[in-house]
This record gives sequence, structure tokens and C-alpha cells, in this order.
Amino acid sequence: MLTKNTFKHGVHPPEHKDATKGMPIRQFPFAPVMILPLNMHIGAPATIVVREGQEVVRGQLLAKASGVMSVPVHAPVTGRVRKIANVPTISGKMTEGIYLETFAADTQEVLEGNPVNVDHASADEILQGIQDAGIVGLGGAAFPTHVKLKIPEGKHCDTLIINGVECESYLTTDHRVMLEQADDIFMGIRYLLKVTGARSTVIGIEANKVDAANHLSAHIPNDLNVAVKVLPVKYPQGAEKMLITALLNREVPSGGLPVDVGAVVVNVATTAEIGRLLPHGRGIQERVVTITGPAVGKKGNYLIPVGTPLRFVLEHVEADPHISEVYMGGPMMGVAVSNLDISIVKGTSGIVVFSDKEIRQPNILPCIKCGACLDACPLSLNPSKLGILAKFEAYDAMPAHHLMDCFECGSCSYVCPSHIPLVQYFRLSKSIIRKRQEHKKEVADA
Amino acid sequence: MLSKTLHISTSPHLQKDISTAAIMRNVVVALLPVAGFAVYAFGWNALLVILTAVLACVLTEHLLCRWSNKASTITDWSAIITGLLLGLSLPPAFPLWMTFFGGVIAIAVGKFAFGGLGYNVFNPALVGRAILQAAFPVAITTWYPSFSADRFSHISSSVLAFPFMEPTVDAISGATPLAAFKFGGASTTLHDLALGLISGSTGETCAIIILLGGLYLALRNMMNWRIPIAILLTVFVFNGALYLMDATTYPSPLFALFSGGLMLGAVFMATDMVASPLTAKGVVVYGVFIGIMVVVIRTWGGLPEGVMYAILLANAVSPHIDKLFQNRVYGTAKEK
Repeated sequence: MLTKNTFKHGVHPPEHKDATKGMPIRQFPFAPVMILPLNMHIGAPATIVVREGQEVVRGQLLAKASGVMSVPVHAPVTGRVRKIANVPTISGKMTEGIYLETFAADTQEVLEGNPVNVDHASADEILQGIQDAGIVGLGGAAFPTHVKLKIPEGKHCDTLIINGVECESYLTTDHRVMLEQADDIFMGIRYLLKVTGARSTVIGIEANKVDAANHLSAHIPNDLNVAVKVLPVKYPQGAEKMLITALLNREVPSGGLPVDVGAVVVNVATTAEIGRLLPHGRGIQERVVTITGPAVGKKGNYLIPVGTPLRFVLEHVEADPHISEVYMGGPMMGVAVSNLDISIVKGTSGIVVFSDKEIRQPNILPCIKCGACLDACPLSLNPSKLGILAKFEAYDAMPAHHLMDCFECGSCSYVCPSHIPLVQYFRLSKSIIRKRQEHKKEVADA
Repeated sequence: MLSKTLHISTSPHLQKDISTAAIMRNVVVALLPVAGFAVYAFGWNALLVILTAVLACVLTEHLLCRWSNKASTITDWSAIITGLLLGLSLPPAFPLWMTFFGGVIAIAVGKFAFGGLGYNVFNPALVGRAILQAAFPVAITTWYPSFSADRFSHISSSVLAFPFMEPTVDAISGATPLAAFKFGGASTTLHDLALGLISGSTGETCAIIILLGGLYLALRNMMNWRIPIAILLTVFVFNGALYLMDATTYPSPLFALFSGGLMLGAVFMATDMVASPLTAKGVVVYGVFIGIMVVVIRTWGGLPEGVMYAILLANAVSPHIDKLFQNRVYGTAKEK
């Protein structure tokens, strides 16, 4: 079960998981008003199917998928649609959404839908069921899961990888899900095997969660071909490409997809969600979120309704009034929150809160070519070179150095002794390059 | 409650506990024992030379920053390293005014002209020293003997030579082992070489202290150990091959390793991060290149020592080495 396999390079940030890894998942109270943006996923925003003032039941469809690259939104609580308006999101942009008023006295029973039976449903029916359930990658990316699971024509998937790595510091949601929802995970695997056509399943877990690995190993159903593999702790092992290399020793081609090397990777919490929702035909109404960090009083792993306002969450966990920084997601790839009136969305895996004391303003110095970033980059890129190109706005020279492969894991910035915000340079460069490419295309088309 | 303005920053929000200033500071720490031995072996003369070089470098850096309306960068410790390396690479009784001039050149031409920290193509200390070598060929090859009895009671008149004056040699100059070998065919014992009981530049004589300093930096992951290993191995092998062919004409490989500025250059100068390649492969090529050049210059060149020019030459080709020896990017073909 224990392997030494891993990917090349990577970093070892402090883990900070001890505060919450032993804490069972607890149900979070219902906020009086839920804020539901329609673009909680990557792709086209969902289309609203309710009207203002309408009463809805928990689990009821509020907005339907508007195409293949889209997923629906379900009511996280029984209540009344107070308003359909633009709502704030973490990006700072306002986006169309729904304010849903919770009926405090309601029992909050979840509506039962059309079950998708794992034994009788076809692969396409299961894919449809996954889309109907509004499922996206719960690891943080929020990519529609049914799109990811659709094996392209001519491609073949032999191995299903369940991602239980959770390499981000502070986060323990997947850890708890693996300890508490083994049955849902294996049910989810049944659905996933049918959809992908894979013959075998590997669950990848890092060595700081051996208890979860042991628990899952002990509960593998006899008729399922599942192997649990424990990997050495290293960031960013939870990145799809890195995990495939660590587990299967295959390299996803630059610009390609996991299925190009016969693998499909699904987050373990997403898998559990599929296994829990599809037999009832329900949609996502809640998710597990780790709330932690030095400025949080009641740290823990909470089952929080999607749409719960962040301010309500922080007040409930007794956050220090002097909070200074709040991240959604882990500290390596998470996004800093500028506005507490946003809400928990499907992709929110963690909330990490710091107070004034912990914030350092780094002093940025020039690159001294120490090479630490080259030894950190899991893709063996040359962040030093790319950083200098970005600094001098030589964007057109960057794609040749494989800038577009960078998935912004932050390892280079993490190790940089000159504290250069390399990842931010790369994000900016990528968006400028994409814009230039679009512009070129427009000119060519015109 | 919770009405405070939030601080926002971009990911990653964690930062490894390391800084460029800390790396530079540790290099200074590693160089201090080398400087300490220099003073022990050569007395006040060496101390004055080293202090003058450091002062010149720090002062130049500070003033150039002031004049170009930038915040002073002397707190990053890099100018101190340049000063120390320059001082340690000069003869013990080198005139102070020339030393000062070298320090100014090292920072102004070697570093600032290229854009300051991070942008220098050459090791700034070596730029300073190369210009001193070109300008003052006699002074820079006038060696003061080590462990002379009056080293802590007498300051050489050449050290205190008036600006723009050539020094007069007041002491019996001690030939360096390399010069003694090259021009007199005399060999020095390995024992004396390793322990620094020889004449030479202030900081180059005690190989063991230099190696310990390098080990300290390598263990703290603040120096690319591949560079000195590649250089020393290359010199050992190349020189060893020559020695095997003709042991009377060529020095033994161990003599080659422990004599002259090779240790100081390989451990502290060739490893200048800014002027050396980035990739593991590139660094090895760079080190081998320096090693070959050192042996070539020492063996067939007009000078007894070739470390300085070997490193400067390698600095110049370092960007090209980087271009030629890139790491294979994940998911791309094995051979390009």
C-alpha cells in the first residue's frame, strides 16, 4: 500500500492540519438568507427557472444547466426566493444570482428526485444524472464533472484515479470525507467505473492520512477492483498530472488531458457526492468545508449549505474581529477574499483566516538566479526565466517556454528567496497572451 | 463585528522562510573564517586590504543608489560579499589605493552598469580584480610571505603607498607555489598547501577553511555544490592525465587542486548564483568548462594562475549554457 512513487520536484510547505484533522464533520446551521451565484462552476452560468417570491423546497431546481458546459443550481434550503439580482462573487465581479430566504421553522427535508440506478442505468444516463445533480469538482476547481468524465471518441480510460491527496496546507475536508463516508465513496466509484469504462481504480492518499487509507482499505467491497496507495507527502501531488505520474508513472502530454494516457482523476469528495446523490436523484445542497487558521475560534470541518454567506460563517465560528486575510481554498492556491458578503460555493474546500499578526509584507528583490524555483516546479519549467520575460513584458516569448502548461500551483513563489510574485506574473501574462491570440484570430477572421 | 478592511494578496499565501538577504548573509558568514585566516597568516596588511575592499564596495553601492534615486541596496549584503571576495583575491600587501579603486570598479562596472543585483553578467569581484590585474601587473604579482615574524607589528610600505604611486617593495617577496612551480620547477608539499602555510592572495591560501565554508553553504542549500565539484573534478582529471603522461613537466593533480586561487574561486566565485547557469546540467557544463580553462591557462598560458579568467569566461557563456541545457518540461518529448 505504501509507495515511494512520486512526481519530480515539488515543495513541502508546513501542513497545519493538526488543528482540524481529528474533528468530525459537523452540520452548520442554516443562514437566514442564502446567496446563490449562477456561475459556481466553470462554464456557462445556469438559467433561472424560479421567479421572485416563489416558495421552494430544499433540493428543488432553482436554475437549470444552460448547455453541456454548465450545471444546475438546487435550493440549499426550504424557503422563498426573495430576489433575483446580481450577487457578489470572490472574483470581485457581480454576477446573476438568487437571494433565497430560509424558512427557519421548516424541517428542511430534502426533495427526492429520479434515482439513477447504478446497475441498470447506461453510461450516458449516469452522465446525465451527474450533470442533473449539479456536480462539479469539489477539490476547488469547480469544473463540471460530467464534462470531465465524458471519454472522447477514440480515447480509452483504463484506470480511474480517486484523488484523496489533499496536498494543500490547512485543509482536512477530504481527510474527513474518507474517514466518514467510505460507503458513499465506493458507491461513487461504481458509477464512475461504469461511465469511464475503467477496469481498475486507484485511490491516492498522502502519508499524513494513513488512518484514512487504512479505513478505506478495510472497507473495499469484495466485487470492486480498488487499490489504495499511500504516497509521500509533497505539494502539489493533488494536481491531476502530478498524481497520475506518482501513481501510474505516466506523463500527461503538454496541452493534453489525463485520458490521453488512459486515466481519469476524480476528487474523493466529488466521488462521495456522486455516490450519495445519484441513488436519490438529488442535487448538491451542501458541502464539507474546513474552517481554520489562527484567527478562527471554533476550527473544524463543517457541512455547510451552498450559498451560506461568508460573514455568517465567520461569525458562527467566532473569527477574531481583527481578521486581516481570508482565503477561500488552501493557502497555496486559494483566493484572498476582499468582500465578506460573498457566499460558500460548490468549489469552496476551505476557509483559512489570518489576523494582523500573521501577515508579512515581503520585500521584493531582483531574481538572483538561485535556481530554487527550477527545483520546485513540478512541470520542470524555468520560472526564473519566465519571471524575467514577464517583468520585461516579453509576453510573446513566453509560450515557447511552456508558460501555458503552468497550473499556478505556487511552488515557485513559495521558495523564491527574493519573494518575487512569480505566479501572479504568470497569471497576468497568460491572460495577456490569450487576449492577443484572440485578437489575432479576430483579425484573421475579419 | 467583522467590518475591518481585508488585506488581499495573490496566491500562494505561504512563503518559505528564506530570503535573498539571508543567503547573502550566510555567504558572508562562510567567508569570515577565510578572512580570519588571511589576517592570521598575513597580519595587519591583509586586514587593511580586506577592509578597504569591503568599504569601497559598500560605499560605491550606496552612493550609486543615492545618485540614481533608488533605495540603498547595501542591506542585501551582496556588496559586502563582493568586497570580501575582492579583498581575499588580492596579494596581502596590495596598495590600499589600488584596492579601493578595484572595489569601485567591481561595483560600478561589474554590477551597477549591468543593472545591479541579479543582472550582473560577471562576478563583480572578478571584474574588479581583472581590471587591477591589467592596470597594476607588478603590484598584483608581488607576494608578501605568510607568517612573517613582524606581520602584527609592521605595516608594509607598499600597502600605504600614496595614491597613483607604484609601491616600493620592502620585503622579500615570497613566490606563490604556482609561480615557484611554473618558473622555478619547485613543488610545495600538500601539507603546506592544504593548511595554507604558503604565500598567495590573502584569502586563497588555506584550502581547508575554504572547503569548510563551502560545506556550510552547501548544507544550508545556499550554494550550488555541483559547481565546485565539477570544477575540482575536472581539474583533477585533466591535470592527472597530463601528470600521468609526463610527471616531470606537469604538476601532480593534488598540487593543482590545492594551489593558487582554485579553491577560493571554485567554492566562492564560480558559485555566484547570478553569473552561473540555472539547470543542473548547465551547471555541470559550466564547471567542467572552468576546470578545463584553469588547466589550459596554468599549463600553457603566460600566467601561473588562470582561475580568474576561467571564471570570467564561463560567466560570459553562462547564459548560452542555460539556453542549450534546459530541463525537459513535463509532458514534452524526451529529446528535442
